[in-house]
Amino acid sequence: MTDEAPMAAPTETPTAKKKHLVLWVPLAFAVIFFGFFAYALYFGTDSPQQRAIESQMVGEQVPEMDLDPAVPGRPGLRTADLATGEPKLLNVFASWCVPCITEAPQLMQLQNAGVTIEAIAIRDRPQDVYGFLQRWGDPFNRIGADPNSQAQLALGSSGVPETFVIDGNGVIVHQHIGEIRPENVPEILNALENAR
Amino acid sequence: MKRLIAPVLIALLAAMPLHAQSRMPAAQWANQQLPDPAQEAEAKELMESLRCLVCQGQSIADSDAEMASDMRALVRERIAAGENPDDIRDWLIQRYGRWITYNPPLDTVTWPLWFLPLILIGAGVWLARGRFRRRKES
Repeated sequence: MTDEAPMAAPTETPTAKKKHLVLWVPLAFAVIFFGFFAYALYFGTDSPQQRAIESQMVGEQVPEMDLDPAVPGRPGLRTADLATGEPKLLNVFASWCVPCITEAPQLMQLQNAGVTIEAIAIRDRPQDVYGFLQRWGDPFNRIGADPNSQAQLALGSSGVPETFVIDGNGVIVHQHIGEIRPENVPEILNALENAR
Repeated sequence: MKRLIAPVLIALLAAMPLHAQSRMPAAQWANQQLPDPAQEAEAKELMESLRCLVCQGQSIADSDAEMASDMRALVRERIAAGENPDDIRDWLIQRYGRWITYNPPLDTVTWPLWFLPLILIGAGVWLARGRFRRRKES
């Protein structure tokens, strides 16, 4: 090793320069690699920071479902009920869901504006759904019961509340994730109008 | 003493679970193994590679969330009905995107995951080879 020392002194020949450049290649790779990870983590559309998972069913036909009534005296919900020629809202809610209370006045407002709202009650008991509607208002036309979230999974919905805008042919045209706040009402009405 | 009450209340509120729980019991096949061990093994393998929608850092096999238990029930019921695990995965990808699977399919976006390590090892071997050769010459 010791007699090699004089040779290690860098002489600025073209080959030595080339060798120096090659030494930077792994670092360049590392920078590209970590840059890619950083980008994907912070800006990527599939990043873990993107908390709301959008349904890929937007643009697709409502999946096949045939749900029993969630409360006695109110019809349940079938796929055919969502393709009646008229655009509708499909609200995914639950009596145990706190944000669902927040959006209740906005749903009432939409219903008063002439919008038909069909609903799916997730993991709910009839008496709880009944109590929820008594307490916070009842804007719903039909309410299907989804005791094991199977209809929710078929819709690509990942929580409550979520609201789907469905056109007259039963195609999902818009998904609203989370509660409908007062400022979201125009956007929902707009989506319904566009679905006409 | 009074000044302590507000922070304690806030701390208690903050400690409440993020996701409310329903009053319904878990689905039958959420926590019960399939009677056929081969089918249960298939189901388990699939459940371990599906991401929980509400807890996000866990697989549905690891999560106590109600949605995860309903997804386990879905997986077990479909496997018991003779469905192929890959078809169940595809069914979920169709609804939630590639996001749902910990075993992403090989396509134009995901190919670097598989091939970049090979390319990097190749580049490393090439670099090392050059160095060894030079040392021999000296």
